[in-house]
Amino acid sequence: MIVADKKPIEEIIDEIKRHTKILILGCNECVTVCESGGKKEVEILASALRMYFTNNQQEMLIDEHTLERQCDHEYLEEIRDRIDQYDAVLSLACGVGVQFMAEKYHATPVYPGVNTCFLGATEQRGLWTERCQACGKCILASTGGICPVSRCAKRILNGPCGGSTNGKCELSKDLDCAWQLIIDRLKALGRLDDYETVYPIKDWSTDRAGGPRKVIREDVQV
Amino acid sequence: MRLEYPPNIKIILVPCTAKVDIIHILRSFEKGADGVYIVGCLEGSCQFINGNIRARKRVEQAQTLLDKIGVNGERVQMYNLSAGEGTLFAKFAVEMDEKIRELGPNPVKLAKKKIDLMKQNELNCELN
Amino acid sequence: MNVKTPSKLEKILASGQLAVTSECGPPRGSDPETITKKAELIKDYVDAINITDNQTSVTRMCSLAACIRLKLMGLEPILQMVTRDRNRLALQSDILGAASFDIHNMLCLSGDHQSFGDCAQGQNVHDLDSMQLIQTVRHMRDEGKFLGGDDIKRPPQMFVGAAANPFADPFEIRVPRLAKKIASGVEFIQTQCIYNLDRFEEWMKLVRDRGLHEKVHILAGVTPFKSAGMARYMKNRVPGMDVPDDVVKRMADTPKEKQADEGINICVESIQRLKEVEGVHGFHVMAIEWEEKVPGIVERAGLYPRPEV
Repeated sequence: MIVADKKPIEEIIDEIKRHTKILILGCNECVTVCESGGKKEVEILASALRMYFTNNQQEMLIDEHTLERQCDHEYLEEIRDRIDQYDAVLSLACGVGVQFMAEKYHATPVYPGVNTCFLGATEQRGLWTERCQACGKCILASTGGICPVSRCAKRILNGPCGGSTNGKCELSKDLDCAWQLIIDRLKALGRLDDYETVYPIKDWSTDRAGGPRKVIREDVQV
Repeated sequence: MRLEYPPNIKIILVPCTAKVDIIHILRSFEKGADGVYIVGCLEGSCQFINGNIRARKRVEQAQTLLDKIGVNGERVQMYNLSAGEGTLFAKFAVEMDEKIRELGPNPVKLAKKKIDLMKQNELNCELN
Repeated sequence: MNVKTPSKLEKILASGQLAVTSECGPPRGSDPETITKKAELIKDYVDAINITDNQTSVTRMCSLAACIRLKLMGLEPILQMVTRDRNRLALQSDILGAASFDIHNMLCLSGDHQSFGDCAQGQNVHDLDSMQLIQTVRHMRDEGKFLGGDDIKRPPQMFVGAAANPFADPFEIRVPRLAKKIASGVEFIQTQCIYNLDRFEEWMKLVRDRGLHEKVHILAGVTPFKSAGMARYMKNRVPGMDVPDDVVKRMADTPKEKQADEGINICVESIQRLKEVEGVHGFHVMAIEWEEKVPGIVERAGLYPRPEV
């Protein structure tokens, strides 16, 4: 999923204080799972903001709503008939939702209420970690199912670098060395010999380097 | 035991302190409460393993958030006791009552009153 | 004598003589004298001098410019290049720039993470990794082509090196990793500082078991301790460094005013022992901000005078 983290409330206040009618819009997908932008977070943020503005004698209408998804036309359409009641939307969706919202409703300013962080997994409640950088050309088949692009701080394809110590990355003792994980995994799979295959120079044109990306699937288009 | 505790405290019963979420704490303040405290079982003796620990974490989160929006986070507290400690229950109530009196009324409540008063005045002016 | 480049380092190694290299860190400023003075101290005692590339991710004068300074003094530089700061476009272009000054040695590295240095908030590049950089420069030299496939007019003539750390984790891939670098095209290796000689010899045995010592020239890395404090620091704080307790103790048991001398003694003794290890073709003497000690070490280790080739 897309993992996001809450933005500091001070930052949010600073963005929205110039308005008087705000819709806080949550998203029922990834940000709900990572507890940063679902219905519950919308409620808490709305309540806190209402109190803040009341406390500061500033008139501010704050409404709450949570959509099934903010990255799909059909769900974003749900608010079409009420969007004009607000001066701005504070979206707690990931960066995709915020932008899709902005594209759809040109005349309404939309502010991000979360920091979109990475594609990751829930290791345990309250701990999400990165697993994928969406490079557009998956190499997991040759790295034992562990991604050096997202999990090695230097995205080294022929690792580990000299900084790997006791299975940990040179960046921090709390961070696993991706290449240690790859080697352990290859060993468990009885494929350690594969380690000696030199991984060739990677085509990064499918990564962000190649510019904004598109997936076109004519077979599913109507 | 017929112990006395301050009459201004409204008790809301929940099956376990884990049931109390941040939003419940915030809504209490939005609706004008001057303070909120949660009384859970002793840590380590939760019927649901760690319900009271979750409650404590939520209290801490609410404190941080309240501090940031200008409502002193000290207005929220977490207490723990066992079911047999009635005297302690009363003691916590007195302690909390004293703490909140020291902090004064909930500023959001005062601000809201002020806004309402201003609105009323505006309305009166228009009528006159 | 079979050599592929005009590199003096390659010639010495190909002749079967032990090579000696050392290194200089460029200054955090633009004064060329910092680098020329350091080089002046050691030039008659080493065959080639590494110039580090923004080591520990701290911004310094660029390696290429400092290498050109050495070249202008008639010395033999080894251009260190990390893949952290430049993409394949910049790396290839810098290789050509170096070749235009007839710089004939290069050391391919990935580089420390930028968070250790003075640009912790910066991006890193890592378009290539160190092995892919080895492949790139070999491709440019041997095929006379850019990675993009076009011909290079006057291709670079680089003798290609890389680093190896016999002590890093995980141990079971230390030798396979060297084999990978060799498969990528590396021709000489400078190792991490060696203090645990037993473990290094064990590694060298594994290297010989696979015949790798015949495919690459291994220069053993040595660094003299200035003090017992430095020995402890290297042991405890530097990732991938193996300093045995008895070495730290030997430094600590030496009176403070004699510790520097003892550090040099350990270094000289290490070289003498390593000279006997089959497959060790030379030494890389890294006297960190202590360049003036290099001549003495080289001399006492019986590596002076340096051969003429």
